[in-house]
Amino acid sequence: MKKVLELKNVHTYYGHIHALKGIDLEVGEGEIVTLIGANGAGKTTTLRTISGMIHPREGEVLFEGVAVHHLPAHQIVKRGVGHVPEGRRIFPRLTVEENLEIGAYLQNDRQEIERRKAEVFELFPRLAERRRQLGGTLSGGEQQMLAIGRALMQDPRILLLDEPSMGLAPVLVDVIFETVAELNKRGKTILLVEQNALKALEVAHRGYVLQTGEITLAGPAKELAQNEEVKKAYLGG
Amino acid sequence: MLEVLIQLLPSVLLEGLILGFVYAMIALGYTMVYGVLELINFAHSEIFMSGAVAGAETFILLKAAVPNPFILLALAILIGGAVAAIVAILVERLAYRPLRRRGTTNRLVPLITAIGASFFLQDLVRLIEGLWHNAFYRRYPSFEVFEATYTLPNLLGSVIILLTLWIVFWVLAYFAYWIYRAATGTKGVSRRASRGLWIASLVLTLLVAVIDRGTVFGDLGLTIQMKSILVVVISFAMLYGLNWLVHKTKLGIAIRAVAQDAQTASLMGIDPDVIITYTFLIGGFLGGVAGVLFGLLYTLVHPYVGFIPGIKAFTAAVLGGIGNITGAALGGLVLGMLEMLGGTYLTFLTNGAMGTEYKDILAFAILIFILLFRPQGIMGEQVGEKV
Repeated sequence: MKKVLELKNVHTYYGHIHALKGIDLEVGEGEIVTLIGANGAGKTTTLRTISGMIHPREGEVLFEGVAVHHLPAHQIVKRGVGHVPEGRRIFPRLTVEENLEIGAYLQNDRQEIERRKAEVFELFPRLAERRRQLGGTLSGGEQQMLAIGRALMQDPRILLLDEPSMGLAPVLVDVIFETVAELNKRGKTILLVEQNALKALEVAHRGYVLQTGEITLAGPAKELAQNEEVKKAYLGG
Repeated sequence: MLEVLIQLLPSVLLEGLILGFVYAMIALGYTMVYGVLELINFAHSEIFMSGAVAGAETFILLKAAVPNPFILLALAILIGGAVAAIVAILVERLAYRPLRRRGTTNRLVPLITAIGASFFLQDLVRLIEGLWHNAFYRRYPSFEVFEATYTLPNLLGSVIILLTLWIVFWVLAYFAYWIYRAATGTKGVSRRASRGLWIASLVLTLLVAVIDRGTVFGDLGLTIQMKSILVVVISFAMLYGLNWLVHKTKLGIAIRAVAQDAQTASLMGIDPDVIITYTFLIGGFLGGVAGVLFGLLYTLVHPYVGFIPGIKAFTAAVLGGIGNITGAALGGLVLGMLEMLGGTYLTFLTNGAMGTEYKDILAFAILIFILLFRPQGIMGEQVGEKV
């Protein structure tokens, strides 16, 4: 399987805090890989390091075989990394449609933009209904759909999802995970960060367990879901 | 006396509106930069000044070569705007960006830098003008076509009077009611009461119109100069253009996205530095054009001419809600009209004891009053929302 993303011995710091202590991770083409772990384990930091919002002090991030860890975020996006950040971070004073348009900022072909927009609206009909509404007026679930839709407008080679189910009602959590599976079926490579380990391991092919900045376990998602330690720590027994 | 006050109203407001358009264009520069950087660019008054001076030089240099004053004005606007835009971009590159690169978190540092850049630009222009002409005061040449005066129909004046009276009565009634409500222990004004106040003040206005019909519908002698018409038309076109740019183009959406959340914008592939440069370019261009229009109206320009209009435009931006584009334009217009009202009416109301030199006191007193009730500005929102 072709590797889309590879992290080699990545060390990231926030000031003096050693947040990532030598992360090794890879995502192959067409895979859903999930990164699970407790609060503060470094899941979000891992994604931020990949998308260039923070730069590692040591180690390498390879995207399709090319080192990208020294590049600024806006250039990493250009190569095909779509990051749906923690807390959705949609633009509250832009309309739904403008949020999507800005997702396709790097695309100049009008027809292609319209095609992608139609695809997002097909995936999330709710967004089509609310296209003229300001992003900030959407409900939490709709905002999450918009955040994912906005990243899809980039037509990324890999989609980084940071806690897409956070703060959503159970029904919507299911919708979001179904969408993740559906996107993967359509060929998207996905790196999914989740606190909802049970759901994440259900939908993913492989998984990594992150603990205080280190990968403690890795393997096929089904095996991880059966692992006694994982069960005890993250799956509630 | 009331008669004179009413009679003067349309011409005073018109003058204020013309001045207000100039303030509005300068205010946009402050508000846009604040929107993307949360920085008060105090050097913006000098960006305005460099546009005004560059416009004067264009007029003086090309006067002989270009006989048509309208084409000359167009050239001055283009050159004044371009020079100011370049100055604005250079200030950003040389003064603000290095600080951002170092990750300076102290808000006072860029503020001091802005003030420093401001002084530097004043003295730089003074130096250039001094070496060039041995004098740093420049005068815009006057043209007969620009000075020509046109009489406006009396009906327009009557409409302005009625609208103003309506608004003034409404504001007074609103505050009276608001104080009454506060005194009786309840807060705010209900939608129904608010509608009632609108209607009551309209009735009062019509009553005044009927009683004082001789004045309201009489000969108001409302006139306007060609150059003022040009100022209004050009500023209006620029404000309209800016509105289109910010709301309908990709660049505009990107500017708003960076203003709302620069970090997430970079996840969309937007280079925030590029957007910041564009913001300074647009704000600088508008400021430069405002400078040329200012010169057209008041003739004399020099390296220190930016300070007062700059401070007023900054105030206008705050009045409108800093970071809000529509608010800045509105704030500029309101401030211009308040200033003119203050200038004219203070003299009358105090029997000449306080002349036009006190105009700013009234204007700023009203401003403080408005901000007491709406600290976030006219169009601003409670939560830190921008652009």
